[in-house]
Amino acid sequence: MATLDSIKKNLLEQVADIHEIPTGAYSIRVNGKLFGKNDSENIAIVAKTDKQGIDIYVKPGTKNESLHIPVLLAQSGLKELVYNDFHIGEDSDITIVAGCGIHNGGKETSEHSGIHAFYLGKNARVRYIEKHYGEGDGNGKNVMNPTTVADLAEGAYMEMETAQIKGVDSTNRKTKATLADKATLIVREKIMTHGVQRAETHFEVDLNGVDCGTHVISRSVARDNSTQLFVSHVNGNNVCSGHTECDAIIMDGASVSAVPEIMANHPDASLIHEAAIGKIAGEQLIKLMTLGLTEKEAEEQIIGGFLK
Amino acid sequence: MLELQNVWFSAPAENGGKSEILKNISLKISERFVAITGPNGSGKSTLAKIVAGIITPTSGRVLLDGEDITELSVTERAKRGISFAFQQPVRFKGLTVKDLISLAAGEKLSVAAACAYLSEVGLCAKEYVNREINASLSGGELKRIEIAEILARATKLSIFDEPEAGIDLWSFNNLIKVFEKMHEKTHGSILIISHQERILNIADRVIMVKDGEIAADGTKEDVLPKLFGTMVGCRFTEGN
Repeated sequence: MATLDSIKKNLLEQVADIHEIPTGAYSIRVNGKLFGKNDSENIAIVAKTDKQGIDIYVKPGTKNESLHIPVLLAQSGLKELVYNDFHIGEDSDITIVAGCGIHNGGKETSEHSGIHAFYLGKNARVRYIEKHYGEGDGNGKNVMNPTTVADLAEGAYMEMETAQIKGVDSTNRKTKATLADKATLIVREKIMTHGVQRAETHFEVDLNGVDCGTHVISRSVARDNSTQLFVSHVNGNNVCSGHTECDAIIMDGASVSAVPEIMANHPDASLIHEAAIGKIAGEQLIKLMTLGLTEKEAEEQIIGGFLK
Repeated sequence: MLELQNVWFSAPAENGGKSEILKNISLKISERFVAITGPNGSGKSTLAKIVAGIITPTSGRVLLDGEDITELSVTERAKRGISFAFQQPVRFKGLTVKDLISLAAGEKLSVAAACAYLSEVGLCAKEYVNREINASLSGGELKRIEIAEILARATKLSIFDEPEAGIDLWSFNNLIKVFEKMHEKTHGSILIISHQERILNIADRVIMVKDGEIAADGTKEDVLPKLFGTMVGCRFTEGN
């Protein structure tokens, strides 16, 4: 296999916390093409023939395996739409590390749109980690629009951790999930926007099964003149529990809108929504300054902790 | 040594005028344990915050070891060796107990090192070290964690604003031992704002502030009898 240059290695490290091609199952996409892939005994990766993307098949009963599927774009002006479907077998337990890194050194907009569909079998467990990162010294915009659709069968469990901390000019994340009996979906989203960046996230969770539940938790920091929109709809259609929370720190001339909505369509649906937007409390800054930190250092510690 | 020279502090009053919170306070503090006491609203906490740099005096000077620190920021005073434990500890989303104790110590502490400080204040360290400093912790737990931070800082002047408020019997009984240990380590001064008779009883010196002025200043044997006589009807209870 060809090797990655330093720019792409850095992107790989940023989005997947790895320095080299990973061991085990992986599929790495670079500049709009499949760069390399590897199956494991229990995880098969098959390139789609009708459109860009892959199908991933995890055998039932697969335990403690990981799958890396990072996407790296280092060519200014490249726009791609990729479809990845994950078929997670019953009783399996795996970690999936996804993510997209863009290095845009040109003037044109680079854009990656990924549509991920998850089909979790009965009692399957998935930890899905997705980081978005952008960089580049050109004026070209970095755009990422991920869509996640998750279908959780009875007893399935999915934990979704998404982070977008730096360098993405525009993002519109859409997540839609459907839960069967005793299924659980946990979403932890972390976003920080700078400059005039725009981040939108939309969640829609249908709690259809008996005793299913979800927590959709978003923490964000909006700096400079950036704007953010958080929208979530949790629909309790059975005996279920749902919680959606947006907690945002707003700074400078930024703007944040949070719209957490819950809808109970069953008398035994227990749903909670929370939203809080505010600047860093003065007393928090003072407290850390009494420990010897400067105001700037205190601010960074508070933000770093908040998004940790 | 801490010195306050002719410190005044005024704040806007409800009637549109000014309210004098502190009136011409002059003090020199070099003793091991110094307690500042007095009725609610007498200006004790304001005085402590002026020393830490959280509040700027309207006039007067604050000196630490002869250096005029009146114009220095909270950060600069902290770096010169002033620690401050808040009456109502601050909560943080995301920062853990270990994070805060590490920041206090000025270095990234190991779990074992952070646990050692927590054990000093009677917290079962393993249960706390990775917990967030958020609403899941009680006021008493936060107070103890705050004291652990001051232990980790080990500075020449440690200020505690009502350390007994909200803490349980264990904490109170051991608080004095913690103060003694702190002094052994730093050989500095510990300045405690308190209403608590048991804390006043361990002080080498008791300063009573009333209506923004020093009403009494001396050993506990000198001041406490006056205090009990003066504070009838004021808050002066055991354990709050």
